[in-house]
Order: sequence, then structure tokens, then C-alpha cells
Amino acid sequence: MRSGEPSAAPADNPPGQQHEALVLGRRVLRLFLYQRELTPILLTVALFTYFVIRAGSTFTDSLSLSSAAGYAGPIGAIAVGEVLLLVLAEIDLSAGQVFLFAPWVEYWLHNGGVPLVLAILAALAMSCAVGAVNGLITVRLNVPSFVTTLAMNFILFGLVLIYSNQTQATPIPLSSSTGGHVSLASQFMGVWLWSEILWVTAIAILGAVLLTRTRFGVRIIATGGNMLGAAEAGVPVRRVKVWAFVLCSFLAGLVGIVDAVKYGSLDPGNFGVDYILYAVGACVIGGTALTGGRGTVIGAFIGAILIGILEDGLTLIGVSTNDFYVWVGVVILFAMALNAQFDKLIARSREA
Amino acid sequence: MSAQPAEPTAVSADFALQVRGVTKRFGALVVLRGIDLVLRQGEVLGLVGDNGAGKSTLVKILSGFHQQDGGDVFVGGERVRFNSVAAARSHGIETVYQDLALIPQLPVYLNLFLGHEMTTLPPFRFLDKRSMRKLSRQYLDDIKVRVPNIDAEAERLSGGQRQAVAVARAVRAAPKILLLDEPLAAMGARESRLIIDLVKDLAASGRVSIIVIDHNYAHLFELCDRINVMQDGRITTDQQVHETSLEVLTELMVSSYRRQLDEVSGSGD
Repeated sequence: MRSGEPSAAPADNPPGQQHEALVLGRRVLRLFLYQRELTPILLTVALFTYFVIRAGSTFTDSLSLSSAAGYAGPIGAIAVGEVLLLVLAEIDLSAGQVFLFAPWVEYWLHNGGVPLVLAILAALAMSCAVGAVNGLITVRLNVPSFVTTLAMNFILFGLVLIYSNQTQATPIPLSSSTGGHVSLASQFMGVWLWSEILWVTAIAILGAVLLTRTRFGVRIIATGGNMLGAAEAGVPVRRVKVWAFVLCSFLAGLVGIVDAVKYGSLDPGNFGVDYILYAVGACVIGGTALTGGRGTVIGAFIGAILIGILEDGLTLIGVSTNDFYVWVGVVILFAMALNAQFDKLIARSREA
Repeated sequence: MSAQPAEPTAVSADFALQVRGVTKRFGALVVLRGIDLVLRQGEVLGLVGDNGAGKSTLVKILSGFHQQDGGDVFVGGERVRFNSVAAARSHGIETVYQDLALIPQLPVYLNLFLGHEMTTLPPFRFLDKRSMRKLSRQYLDDIKVRVPNIDAEAERLSGGQRQAVAVARAVRAAPKILLLDEPLAAMGARESRLIIDLVKDLAASGRVSIIVIDHNYAHLFELCDRINVMQDGRITTDQQVHETSLEVLTELMVSSYRRQLDEVSGSGD
């Protein structure tokens, strides 16, 4: 993690008073450079400002902002788990489908007479199990996780199509479409306009703490940065990987259930990989390289917010959804280029 | 003072480490053909041999990273079998590998504590970064290892500094036995000096017995009490450093090679 280590900076600076301004400037520069999240923050602020100028108060009213949050929520939830895997130099292509699959499991079980709380817990357990299978196949059979999780994505998609008879599921328990009393539990689980994005924000904060402040996080970075070295140092690298897959799947399933409550229905035709591509895009915009050993959870979360703002803002200023895809692509490339440029600057400032 | 190693020595608690008849193969490739070796308490033993002679494989078995197919390992007279790095560690064996087990993206202090990170008290058990930083600084000072900054990521260190941190990490656990797999590989003269002094200091403390693998005889003669030569999966020469010389050792190696070549060409007839 580059963040939070500004004290690392000035030791090797040249002394002399005429350099003071230069030294200070360099110190500020480094403070920002070490902050991996700088690129997505700048881009998000720029985009936000652009839409405020173009669309004014229609963009900043709560309906518009909550719809931006609505786009960002699922992407952010999946991106948080995905960052952990990208830092491990792995990937989970099935997390999007788990996001869609978990509420189906809950729905089927509940319709079959299982109490709601148990149905939700079972759906979460199922999500964890999918992650465990992903992880175990990857580390035990040495299959690249790209392949393992691609296969898992198709399997889950097929299961939904088979067992749903390709008809929509509605009403989802707890959702406002049940027509029943909107309880506090309903609001909490997704009915309230801001509930999902708050779930995702909390998850992102916990994820960031996990990656930067816990033993598990250090071991994720170590395993992704130098797997052999980590193993030689006694890090149980396989176990670390399996748990990361479980966690990624669990988070996707959890927010998937919240998302289903929010919208009140499930469409069997939704394809999980669509979500994954946005989530990986959010990670990349956020400053996570796909080379392993480095990544930021907060950056990925901000990347998801950026995509949400982009989708909402473009809709508001009357740009067609087709243009949206072009924009997402441009932003990803731009963020990548900016990050690469920052890396060069960091290298140069170290040599200085 | 025979050049050929004698019959395996009797198992004894006087030895820090004993290896008897250890064999290892990877598929069809036989790497170790019956290794007999002893490491006395407080001794520095050098292990030389060509690439592919099996030195690193032997070290990886002793450190619990690989498991032998046959033969026995004794630590302080007790027969042991390591199924994991942790198991070897619990018997006081620490290893510094030639491929530098540091994590480039982690700061020095976390590299020092990797595998046994300190955490705060339950229920949250966050990393105790403050304690690890403080102990790392203290610790590196104690063994006179200088790094520019304890918070610097390992990739910012020079090769010698990285190796010193790797050795420091192994020693931090206060091992009884320290295995160093080519600690001086790809290092300049000044950096080599850093590591040689570090290892000599450790040896002088008398608390740890050390096995060093290296290609450079001059280094080994400076560091070691005794040198074993490994060839084709066997120990072929066992010599006290003070009873031999670079020339003698080289001659022994060459003649042993001739003998092997003769055997090979003989069996080919």
C-alpha cells in the first residue's frame, strides 16, 4: 500500500535553504503520488463538476444522485472483493453471477417454506461455498482462476435459467413489491433509497481495513507480490487464496440479496459477467494493477462511484446509452495512463 | 582427516543436526542419492557443489519446504520429519533462500515479521504496526544491519540490504540452526562484506549453528569451520577448513570428478 507513508519521503533530499521551496513542493508531490487513490478521486471530481455544469440542479438532486448510487452499488460491492483477488494475481469472473444467484436461492427456499432469515443465511452460505469451490479448484488443481470462475459463471447462469423456468421472480421477500408493511428490516435490507450504497460503503471501509491493517491483508499482499517467497516465509498461500475467493463470493451474494430487495424482482436473463467487467474496470480506474501485490479497496470503490456518476450524468444530459460504453472505455484508458505516469514520477522522485 | 566421508556418525545429541541417507527424487530425476552430513553445535558448515548437485534441494528438505523420500534427519539427537516450514521452525531451523523471500511491495518491518506478524489484542487483532516498527528498528540496530528506512518497501533496497534483511528475519526467530542458501549470490564486494560480517558475528555468538551454501571458495574459507563438497546428489568430501587449503579442496573436487567420469565411461563400455 502506498498510502499513509508520507514520512518515508524527505530523508534523502539535498540540504540547503535555497531548496526549501523545492523540498516542500516535492514532499507535497510525493504525499499525493503515494496516494494510489489520487487518480480516481481527481477523475471523479472532474466528472462530477462537468455534470454539475452541464445539468445543474437536476444532477445534484437526491433522485439523480441516488440513481448514480444505484449504478455504483453492485459494481462497488463486487469490486471490493475483486481487488483482494487482483492483489493475489487472481480473478473471479463468477462474482457477478453469484450476486445474481444468491437472491434466487433465497427466493426459492423462502417459497419452499423456509423461514426468511434461514433462507438468507442459506443463500449466503451457498455464496461462500461457490467461492470455496472456485478457490479449491484453482489452488488444488492449478487451474488459472480465470478459467475456474468463467466456468462457474456459466454453471450458475444455467442453474438460474433452469430453475426459474425463465420467468421473473416477484415479489422478493422484504421488498416494497410484497405490498406488505415496509418494516425497518425492509428499509435496512434495501428498500430505503440509500441503503444499498451504505452497505457497499461499509463493506469498502471494512475491506480497506482488512487489506491494510490485518494479518490476512498482509498475507494477501505477500502472496500476490511473491508467492514462493511468502510460502517460504511460512505464509499458507493456498489457504489465503481460498479464503479470498470465499470472501469475494460472500460479499457479492450479500449485496446481491440487498439489490434484489431494492428492485423487488429478479430477471433470470441477467448475465453476471456484465457486472464483472464494470467491477474490474472500477478496480483499474481505482489504481489496482492486474499484476498482483498492489491494490486499493478504496480506489476500487471510488472507481465504482465514478462509473455510477458517468452513467447517471450521461443519461441526464441526454446522451444515449451507446455513448456511455465509449465513455467508460475512455475513462479506463485515461486512468491507466495517468497511473502509469504517476508511477514514472514516483520512480523519478526516488532517484532524486 | 580423510577426504572421503566416513561411515555415518552415530546419532548423538552433541550434534545440532544430523542427516543420514537422505534421498529425494522429482519424478524421474534423482536429486539426492543418500546424503550423510553432520553439523556440530556452534559450527559454520560450508556446502559447495555444482549447479544441480542437490544443495538447494537438501536445504529445502531441512527447512521443511520439501519432504525426503528416504533417510533420516536428527535435530539434537531427536529424529524429526518436517511436513511444513512451520514444523522445521518449531525445531529451531530457519532458512534464507537464494531467491530472496522478501516481498517487494511490503515495507522492511513487515517483511521482517512476515509469517509471524504481531497483532493487537482480541477481539479485533489488527496488525500492531507500531510494535513491529519499533522492534524492527531495535533489532536491525542490534545486529548492525543498516537500511535507509524501516518503512521503505523492499523493492527500494539494494541487493545487499535485501539479503541482510532476509538474514535478519531468519535470525530474529532465535533459531538453533540457520540455513543460508547462496547468501552472497549476485552481490558486489562491499555488499558481500556486509553479509559475511553479519554471519561471522552470528557464529561468534555461539548460539546458532549455520550451514552456508556458496559457489565461492574464498568466501567459504573465510566463513566456515568445515566444508562439505556435494556432487551428483552425494557428499564426496568433508574437510576441516584449518586442515586444508583452497588448492587441496579444488584438487579433491577435480579428482573426484575424474573418478565419476571414469565410472560413467567405464559403465558405457
